[in-house]
Amino acid sequence: MRDPLELLDIRSLLGEEDRDIQATVAGFLAEHARPHVADWFEAGVLPREFARELGKLGVLGMHLEGYGCAGTSATAYGLACLELEAVDSGIRSFVSVQGSLSMFSIHRYGSEEQKLEWLPRLAAGEAIGCFGLTEPDFGSNPSGMRTRAVRDGGDWVLDGTKTWITNGGWADVATVWANTDEGVRGFLVPRGTPGFSTRDITRKLSMRASVTSELVLEGVRLPDSARLPGATSLGAPLSCLNEARFGIVFGAVGAARDCVEVALDYAGTRVQFDRPIAGFQLTQRKLASMALAVGNAMLLALHLAGLKEAGRIRPEQISAGKLNNVEAAVAVARESRTILGANGISLEYSPLRHANNLESVLTYEGTSEIHALAIGQALTGLSAYRG
Amino acid sequence: MNIVVLVKQVPDTWSERKLTDADHTLDRESADAVLDEINERAVEEALLLKEAHGGEVTVIAMGPGRATDAIRKALSMGADKAVHVSDDALHGSDVIATAKVLAKAIGTVEGFDLVIAGNEATDGRAGAIPAILAEILGLPQVTQLRKVTVEGTTVKGERETEEGVAHLEASLPAIVSVTEKINEPRYPSFKGIMAAKKKPVTTLTVADLGVDAGEVGLGGAWSGVIEASPKPPRSAGQRIDDEGVGGSKIAEYLVGQKLI
Ligand SMILES: Cc1cc2nc3c(=O)[nH]c(=O)nc-3n(C[C@H](O)[C@H](O)[C@H](O)COP(=O)(O)OP(=O)(O)OC[C@H]3O[C@@H](n4cnc5c(N)ncnc54)[C@H](O)[C@@H]3O)c2cc1C
Ligand SMILES: Cc1cc2nc3c(=O)[nH]c(=O)nc-3n(C[C@H](O)[C@H](O)[C@H](O)COP(=O)(O)OP(=O)(O)OC[C@H]3O[C@@H](n4cnc5c(N)ncnc54)[C@H](O)[C@@H]3O)c2cc1C
Repeated sequence: MRDPLELLDIRSLLGEEDRDIQATVAGFLAEHARPHVADWFEAGVLPREFARELGKLGVLGMHLEGYGCAGTSATAYGLACLELEAVDSGIRSFVSVQGSLSMFSIHRYGSEEQKLEWLPRLAAGEAIGCFGLTEPDFGSNPSGMRTRAVRDGGDWVLDGTKTWITNGGWADVATVWANTDEGVRGFLVPRGTPGFSTRDITRKLSMRASVTSELVLEGVRLPDSARLPGATSLGAPLSCLNEARFGIVFGAVGAARDCVEVALDYAGTRVQFDRPIAGFQLTQRKLASMALAVGNAMLLALHLAGLKEAGRIRPEQISAGKLNNVEAAVAVARESRTILGANGISLEYSPLRHANNLESVLTYEGTSEIHALAIGQALTGLSAYRG
Repeated sequence: MNIVVLVKQVPDTWSERKLTDADHTLDRESADAVLDEINERAVEEALLLKEAHGGEVTVIAMGPGRATDAIRKALSMGADKAVHVSDDALHGSDVIATAKVLAKAIGTVEGFDLVIAGNEATDGRAGAIPAILAEILGLPQVTQLRKVTVEGTTVKGERETEEGVAHLEASLPAIVSVTEKINEPRYPSFKGIMAAKKKPVTTLTVADLGVDAGEVGLGGAWSGVIEASPKPPRSAGQRIDDEGVGGSKIAEYLVGQKLI
């Protein structure tokens, strides 16, 4: 068995159409990403051209309706994220931010003009989008954000700094969240707007095949038509994050699956003490535990997809998926690495690259701690993280 | 333009391919089945011609129940409809029987202008279906093409051989076969995948096509597989340390193998 998901015959749970979409994404990535991803990670880049190819494939905003998007099921979107993250979390991050944060924020909260202007280009990968919520002093607690938008006649003037923004340095349009006298509002800030600049964050030890940047807004003047008219509170950006988290629930399974596949393959061929190390009981225990962790995570992901498609998924359920699956994936990645011995620390093999990437995934889109507290609140009725 | 593409589902070349012990036909359970890559290219070529000239693309596959997966792939790439010839009586059919059945199936597509096939299937590798079909249907054949164009009622093609490139043409309707150099097949779009299940697929039996079941299948085959054995595994290589005479040792080895 090469694919640990075969243990539970996960395939049999998938519909034909979702399976076809998954296979198409996997086939595309095998040709266009897998052979290059270790180099991208090492160089700390994701080629801009690759984003365009992903657009051609149709994954960008694939779960949205209209405006050049395919309108697939939530399950199909999840399975695409799984295959993307099986190659590298940086690639899945790009797709999550483009489709679930940038495009979703416009699709859900934008005006018809904003949708027509941006969505078809974002879907095609001709334009890149980013989503600026986090600030240097406000990460887990975005409600305290300092970025401000002030009305000036018919215009708005924005000041503030956003940081750790995926796709920031690439973005043709940034969805920027700011406090106003009327509450939190979202703005579409096109690249090149006077007063708007970005600075890429370098020296990352994780998520290297992904652009992460700081956004600086200094007296950025925007017409009211740049405001997302549907977004009227902090609930708006939080709803976008729930979309992206759903992709992570599946994506984490992909990273973990890839690690187990590599470990299985390696254990079968690496001989020590005159036997393949796969034949040692301790190795088999590791492999068994990992296959169970991946299988369970996948079952949880598919269950949540079912709830999402039925239109009744609750935020704490997404928290459960994100918390469980990312923590499981980190554990699997590290354990797989041990099976590879010294070779496991080389970029020739994926597990440590995945483990490093997953450190970011633990933190972004709500840290594990915050998701645990969201579940705790749902269970007890008591909020431990807000006063 | 009304184009028919012949597509075959074959065992994935990446998986282990074997024959069954019982009747030496392909063990379809042991390997993942996929749309033959050469047929993906045939579909791609049909779609390109349709994009240039308008019309409709019909795919025809003869194969067991699960050949619907290969058909669906062709439909998600953009073909408009499909004919699936599926009948237990076809199990073990030889090249001639396959061609007879495909000829009848092509006949169900009204007013076709062009039939596109692969030059050779990756499993059977007869490389003969297109030619036999042309014979049965009484149509011109332009085979082994690396390039296809249609101008008016003429199909033109380039065939690359060791001697050079032959430029061929025939009047429509005609049968062409294409090689792996013809194009790079597209990935099905997600919209295409979702649209595929709504496209019409006609499933036909041998009787529906008016073919006598005795003429097809293992029983009707003109030739048979008596025995099949797997290729022996490669033995470990022989190591020669170069102590100044490595070159002549290699030459000796090659002479021993009757290679030089
Ligand atoms: C690679 C990468 C890409 C990112 N992309 C984006 C992006 O595109 N857009 C965007 O807006 N942001 C992005 N982020 C930022 C990310 O969302 C934040 O890092 C995250 O919300 C955590 O904020 P912080 O880093 O400020 O940590 P902090 O909030 O300072 O947290 C530090 C630690 O304290 C814990 N903690 C905080 N509050 C509590 C509490 N009440 N109880 C218990 N523990 C607590 C946290 O769980 C964590 O362990 C990205 C981050 C990374 C690493
Ligand atoms: C395991 C095995 C055992 C066999 N045993 C025998 C035997 O005992 N006796 C014998 O004579 N032959 C035998 N064959 C050959 C078998 O009958 C051929 O595979 C079949 O007849 C078609 O020939 P081909 O696939 O080689 O066609 P090719 O001529 O190589 O195919 C060229 C093109 O024709 C089209 N085409 C071919 N088949 C189909 C199809 N079914 N549906 C739609 N389009 C198609 C495709 O476009 C294909 O690219 C055996 C084959 C296999 C794999």
